[in-house]
Amino acid sequence: MDSLALRILAKHSGASAVEPGEIVYARVDKVMINDVTGPMALSVLADAGAEDLVNPDKVEVHVVMDHYSPPHNWDSANAHRRLRDFSRKYGCVLHDVGSGVAHQLLAEGIVKPGDLVVGADSHTLTYGALSSFATGIGSSEAAYAMAAGELWFKAPEPLYVEVRGRFHTGVTGKDLALHLLKVLGPVGALYRSVEFVGNGLRHVNMPDRLTVANMMVEAGAKTAIFPYDDVIEYWLRMHGVLPERMWRELTLDPGRPADIEVDLSELEPLIAEPPMPTRVRHVTDLEGTEVDLVFVGSCTNGRYEDMVALARVLKGRKVRARLIVIPASVRVLKQMVSEGVLNTLLEAGAVIGVPGCGPCFGAHMGVAGNSEVVVSTVNRNFPGRAGPPTAKVYLASPYTAAAAALTGRITDPRPLLAEHEWVCL
Amino acid sequence: MGVSVMRVRGYALIVGNDVDTDTIIPARYLHRSEPEWLGEHVFDDAPGIKGRLNTTPKPVAIVAGDGFGYGSSREHAVVALKAAGVAVVVAKSFHRIFYRNAINNGLPVVEADLVEVRDCELVLVDLAGGTITASSGCTRRIKPIPPQILEILECGGLKEVLRKLASEHHRT
Repeated sequence: MDSLALRILAKHSGASAVEPGEIVYARVDKVMINDVTGPMALSVLADAGAEDLVNPDKVEVHVVMDHYSPPHNWDSANAHRRLRDFSRKYGCVLHDVGSGVAHQLLAEGIVKPGDLVVGADSHTLTYGALSSFATGIGSSEAAYAMAAGELWFKAPEPLYVEVRGRFHTGVTGKDLALHLLKVLGPVGALYRSVEFVGNGLRHVNMPDRLTVANMMVEAGAKTAIFPYDDVIEYWLRMHGVLPERMWRELTLDPGRPADIEVDLSELEPLIAEPPMPTRVRHVTDLEGTEVDLVFVGSCTNGRYEDMVALARVLKGRKVRARLIVIPASVRVLKQMVSEGVLNTLLEAGAVIGVPGCGPCFGAHMGVAGNSEVVVSTVNRNFPGRAGPPTAKVYLASPYTAAAAALTGRITDPRPLLAEHEWVCL
Repeated sequence: MGVSVMRVRGYALIVGNDVDTDTIIPARYLHRSEPEWLGEHVFDDAPGIKGRLNTTPKPVAIVAGDGFGYGSSREHAVVALKAAGVAVVVAKSFHRIFYRNAINNGLPVVEADLVEVRDCELVLVDLAGGTITASSGCTRRIKPIPPQILEILECGGLKEVLRKLASEHHRT
């Protein structure tokens, strides 16, 4: 058995091996709930009389206020109050308003390689970038996992992606994610574990891997896992985690046949047009489309490196489209301050928001108006994801988003970067 | 709910491929989770579906193509459908979190391609017998639902399983 997902699942279910399609009960290491899905999980626990089964000795529970951060009305403020009270009473780890997006916070030294993590948020797959089995669940299941410390899983069939080559300047992990979604379509990885192999991986940094793992759910994947290597180890050390020797076993046979092969050097800047993340085009095909609003942030692209990409294009220039920037965590924001990135973006005309999900899910904090066009670094562009259903959301990398902000149109970022090649931040 | 979920019926509402959970219940309603609130706002941004849902006799059987329940993990989508009178969803394929949320709320979800079925046709889903029959005569065999999943559905949802777990825990 090779698949990392099956190996991690077997280890957590006490079996020597599990086969794809088999249903197993497995112990979970961490459960995450947020301020959209969490209140419903707490109601399930209360109705079932199971609240007092939740305790940190059984399973680590993370409660993250990220979707309504800060709360936008009385209902969300009261939901926060309830989540805070519960966290204190039952020993959950609370990430309060302004801390950041769950999928950044848990990647900053909380999730470890080999972990089995469930989160009541579909983008929980993100942590697969850290060689963990991470998958999204609903609120009832989160309640069950919090109380029981285990959950049922249907063991997924692996889908192997071989990566070789390296990105050209201006092409990023977001373009790799969009390329894979174009190849797979909306159900191409349904119930599958997408696992990455190949010598090109050494050129794919952790922020890019987190972006790719994050978006595999748009093809229906159950989980998306990168094998353990020096890139992951370095990231973990940077976030205060001492590597364990057993993590070195979380690798894949490099010679195995792959279902999809990607040469990173052949990728160009890509963009997903509404209404689906799998409707992927070349940026050059849509050049000139007028843009009203640009959003850079979210669990897909709100990391420090994304902010540097944005600043590389905008340094010393002024934006034409409205630009909203939301760091994915306080740590990212602090680094933006200390490295001068924040000032570069403010000088260029960016509006900076509170670390969290921001307008990504379409409810508040920077949504668009009727029929407005948005270029966004987020993961979904269904109708209603930017506010009114007539607003159009295009999904792209931070470079492409920066170029759109600068020119007010969909623009290939590569010529803009070439002009700026020697500018230091 | 008991064994009644093993045989469910509903009047067909045809919805096509890739129906996402933002379409089922838009994000701007998620700060509340009462079934009445969610049911009132189901498909608010998809007037073509909402209009037909309102005129379809209840209970409703949603008949979908590939990838029903695409996107967000919001269990609100299942609660909203149930509150709006949906008794069963039949789709060619489901996105996995929606599928699990439906089972966990006692809403039967069945994989089958009912391409010939039309709006408002009566659809009978017999999970025990493993068949679907529509009033126009279209019939399908259903892939059997694994026993572990059927058990949750028969209990009336995962909350009931959790209730049993809690009462066992409190007894010991």
